[in-house]
This record gives sequence, structure tokens and C-alpha cells, in this order.
Amino acid sequence: MSEARPHRRLGRGAAPFLLGLPSWLYLAAFFVVPLVAMLSMSLATGNPLTGYVFSWHFAEFGHAIGRYQDQLVRSFWYGALSTFITLVITYPVAYWIAFYGGRHKASLLFLILLPFFVSFVIRTLAWQFILSDQGLVLGTLKSAGLLPRSFYVLSTSTAVIGGLVYNSVAYYVLPLYVALEKVDRRVVQAAGDLYASPASAFWRVVLPLSAPGIFAGFLLVFVTNVGDFVNAAVLGGPGTNMVGNVIQYNFFNSQDYPMAAALSSILMFLLIVAIYLYARVFGAETIQDYAA
Amino acid sequence: MTPPSAELKSPGRIERGRSQERMDVRLENVTKRFGDTIAVDDLSLTIESGEFFSLLGSSGCGKTTTLSMIGGFQEPSSGAIYLSGTDVSHLPPYRRDVNTVFQSYALFPHLDVFENVAFGLRRKRVGNSEIEARVKDVLRLVDLTGYEKRKPALLSGGQQQRVALARALVNRPKLLLLDEPLGALDLKLRKQMQIELKRIQSEVGITFLYVTHDQEEAIVMSDRLAVMANGKIEQVGPPDQVYDSPATEFVAGFLGASNMMSGDIEGESGANVSVRLAGGQVLLVPSARLQGRGPRIRLGVRPEKILVLPSGESVGADWNSLEGTVELSVYTGIGHQYTIRDAEGRSFTVYVQNRDARPPGQGEVVRIAWRPDHTFVVKPTTTGTKGSTNNE
Repeated sequence: MSEARPHRRLGRGAAPFLLGLPSWLYLAAFFVVPLVAMLSMSLATGNPLTGYVFSWHFAEFGHAIGRYQDQLVRSFWYGALSTFITLVITYPVAYWIAFYGGRHKASLLFLILLPFFVSFVIRTLAWQFILSDQGLVLGTLKSAGLLPRSFYVLSTSTAVIGGLVYNSVAYYVLPLYVALEKVDRRVVQAAGDLYASPASAFWRVVLPLSAPGIFAGFLLVFVTNVGDFVNAAVLGGPGTNMVGNVIQYNFFNSQDYPMAAALSSILMFLLIVAIYLYARVFGAETIQDYAA
Repeated sequence: MTPPSAELKSPGRIERGRSQERMDVRLENVTKRFGDTIAVDDLSLTIESGEFFSLLGSSGCGKTTTLSMIGGFQEPSSGAIYLSGTDVSHLPPYRRDVNTVFQSYALFPHLDVFENVAFGLRRKRVGNSEIEARVKDVLRLVDLTGYEKRKPALLSGGQQQRVALARALVNRPKLLLLDEPLGALDLKLRKQMQIELKRIQSEVGITFLYVTHDQEEAIVMSDRLAVMANGKIEQVGPPDQVYDSPATEFVAGFLGASNMMSGDIEGESGANVSVRLAGGQVLLVPSARLQGRGPRIRLGVRPEKILVLPSGESVGADWNSLEGTVELSVYTGIGHQYTIRDAEGRSFTVYVQNRDARPPGQGEVVRIAWRPDHTFVVKPTTTGTKGSTNNE
């Protein structure tokens, strides 16, 4: 055997690793390092003036849960509810575009995405303007005598959840559309041939086959909405604070970095548990099955 | 049996009580238009109960459109479709006592084999124990016992095909529609499944309506077949009859190969008429084959019916024979395929088995001969004449 051979073989074996290197470096720099930084900060002690020192100080987690229990529960409640409402609103839209959009599919999707070309914060501020107590909608209705003077929407949970839903629409429509577009129409036809009424064909065939889209949209929307603080800050009030708001407050206002880091870690952990539960209940195994 | 529901009371379901009864299919002047194109053109057809019937034609001839109108996936533009005497032209598929085996199989990817097969029974609210028994039975019939828990993606093409068949058969439809069900399989598996389908059909006794573009498949499997072209039926009949006496030039060319000639009727001699070809040669044709056609007719003979003899060898006066030169000789293993051209430029394709000591070589002058009974007369058509040697 010549000497060059093993070298070449080694080079070949290393090729996939070398090709993956940029991704590994990227993940290390922008995922692993911040994660470790966050976790170590959550275990640090000190104060804003003297700085924080790492010290295996686990008590911050207990304080975080004790003090911000309400906000944590509220975040998951708002997140779940807004995700569910978004799904219910966007599914028929995505279904219609995928099945009946014909040659206008691309234009219809573009129209849905159009508002999302405007900055997230600006869009939310626009809703604050529209929904303000004496604003465009409520003001008009009040002066027409259709609503009592004291009626308000802003700073209620309805406003916050509404904002979350509004801001999530595009993120749910797209994965749902992709999944529904992939559903083989001949399989739906076969269901009709096998005595399934159109409604039954939908529940038994189309809906289960679009499950990957429901799951993908859930991941995008639920994770984003649970950690969101803009909607609660702009459209909500003191009673609608979410965990994102208290993290932001602790980080920027009281500069209690360990508390902010502990809250972030808890949030991350709870989200992983929630996604795991979803996958268990609805069967991620089958999602992988027909994602291929 | 099943609890009554609105679905079961619909017109298509009335016959359900007599579910062992077979179904006959009747199409009356069915036309289907897609915009300006006519896919099916004023088609009338009757399929008998328990029959294995094939619709044969090349792609775009309207055979699949006909099938999907019977299945209820498309509505006829005009005309009517009767199943067991009931007009079902405008009933949706789920209200018809008909099941389909799709060309793509269209199995439910999220359900395992058992649930795929049980799908129709569950929709009809059949009891669980009966579903269990019937699915088990039909999986045994298609030889898939033990595959109940497999997902379709983990099955081979042939196995998927059999799941699709089982999924349809388990409902005991009175009519089973099969849309090129073997099209996606390789040749060997296809041959195997042809026999298998035939066996299953005789076992369950259901009327099979089979759509295919494969003439051999249609000949091998069908009790009767219909050759379609341009949305119309060219000829209907048992395979041997359609093959031996093609009614039109298209059928002569589509179902097997044919050698076609033109000639004028000269006179009668016994049961035959004599026909004079362009070069003056006279051929005999059974009078019964003329069906009132003439005086100028198109006649033909199948390549395997022709004998190749040394030039000048005499044949009986009751044989048709012509002289010609071997233009091309192709060895095909079991035989030779010759292209022989006569003095008038008519070209003949001839299949001969390799039994003779010395097959004629290229350029050799030979005599070709065939019996008058093997001569057929067709209605000339202007549509495609694929596979036929057209000697004007």
C-alpha cells in the first residue's frame, strides 16, 4: 500500500467535520457561550455597584419563582391561549389558500405577510393608538353612545392576548400553508371513495396530515409569545405583566442580573418541558414519520 | 348490521341490504367536456355483473375520465350513469357502492396497514369485532398477514398495491374500479399481480372495471374489453374476438400489430369473396367479415398468422399468398421478425417461430401465405395507426 492512501482516507473522513466547522463555531459563539454566561450569572451574588461574582448561589431560583410566580403562570397562560387562537384563525386561511388558491396562492400569501413588513413595535403601537380609551374605535363608539364612558380595552388581558395573536398570524400561516400544500389531494379523494364525507375526510385525513405544520407553528408562536414583553408593555397594564416584562425590568431597571438570568433559565426550562409534553401528547414520532 | 344513519339512507345505499348482489354498470350517452376539449364523447356502455371488464386506450383517450365519472370524482357534462339500475350521475363518491384502486395507491400515510384497510368500514360504522375479522380476512386474501402495524412508507410498491386493493375489497363493493393499478410496478411483479388480480376477482366475484394502456394486460385479464380512442369506444368484445376481428383500423394497430391493405371486391366464391389488390393479386376474405362494406375495403392480417415459404412454392388455392422480398430479419430468441416488401411496395411484418432448418435471409425473395379466415376487414379510421403497417 502506498503511503498517500491513508492520508487521503483521513482527509476524506475529516471532510464532513471540516464542512460542519463553521456551524459548530457559530453555535459555540452565539449559543453555548451566552447560555453558559446566563446560567453562571443566575448563580452569581453581588450588587449593581460592586458587580456580580459567580458563587453557586442557587437561592436566586427560589426567589425568582416566589416573587414572580404570577407572571410565570400568566406568561404560559397567555402564550397557550394566544397560540391556540392564532391556530384557529389561521388554519382556515392556510387551508383555503393551499386548496383553493389556484394560481393566486403566492399573491394571497404575500398579502397576509404585507403588514409584517412594518416593524413589530410600530405595529403594536398602532394597535395602542387604535384601541386607546378615546381613540379611533372606542372614542367614536362612546360619542355615539354605544359604549359606556368608562369602557376600556387597553391594559386588559384581552388587549395583550389580542396583540400576541395579531403579531403571530404570519408565523402560523406559513408553516400551516406548507404542510397543507403537501397533503396529497389523491389521498383526500381516496377518503371520499372510502365513504368519508367531506367533513370526515377533513378530520380523519387532512388534519392529521397537516400535524407537522401545526407543530412547527406551535413552536414558532408559543415560544415567542411566552417570552414576549412588547405586547404586555404596550397594550397591557400592571395586571398583565408577563415574565418577559419582569426579566426586562430586572435587567435594565434594577440591574439585578442574577435575578434576570434565573428567570430566563426558568423560562427556558419550562418551555422545553411544554414542548416535550406537546410532542408526547400529539406524537412527535408520527410527525417525523411523514415529515419526510 | 350497521345503525341507520342519514348517509345509509341516500339513494346510492338503497341496495345495501342486498349487499351480496352484484352490480351492472350502464353508461348512456355520457359526455365530459373540459372547456373546449371533449374528453369523453357520447359514450354508451354496459358492463355485466361479475365481469372483468377493461377500458383500453392510450393516454388521453378518455378512459380514466370515464372511470372517475363512474367513481363519482367527476360529473358527466351530459348523459347518465346507472349502477344496478340507479342513476348515480350526480352522487358524490362517498354515496356510491363503488370502490377504487388508484394508480398512485393513495394510501393514508399517517395510518398503518390495518387502519388503512379498516378506513371504509369505520366510516360505515361497522362494529369493531366485525372490522377486525374482515380486515384479517382481506389481508389474508392479498397475502399481507403480519403487516398490520406497518406504515405504508415501509412497504414495497407491490405491497402498497395490495394494501390499496385490500382497502377497496374489504368494503365488499359491488363494483371495483382499478385505475392502472399495476402501472408503477416493474415487469416481473406486474405479471405476477396480473395473475393475482385475476385470482382474487374470481374468488370474490365482484365486477372489476380495469383501466389500462397495456394491451397485453387487458388481453390477459379481461372477460371483455373496450378499446377507446378520442373519447369514443372503437370496439367492445371478448379479447380473442377483438384481437382476431378488429373492427377499426385503430384497433387493428393498437391491439397487437397488423398488416393492412386496400382492395376492391370482385365477386363471391363460396363462403368467401375475392378482393383485388392494387397490383392485381386476388385475396379471399370470408363474406361474413365484410358486414356490408365495399366495394373498396381495408383488410388486414396479423403478423403471426403469416407463413413464410420459399419463392415459387405452391400453396393451396384456398390460401391467400403474395410474393415479396425480405427487407429486414430480426432474431428475437423464440423466433424471427421479418419485414417483407412486395412488388407494389406493401410492407408486411411477419413473426415466425424458429422451427425451420434455415430461416430466409435478407434480400431473399419469399412467398408469404395465410388462410382467408385470418383476414379481417376494418372500418378505415383517420386516427392514430400505431403499430400497424399502413399499405395504401
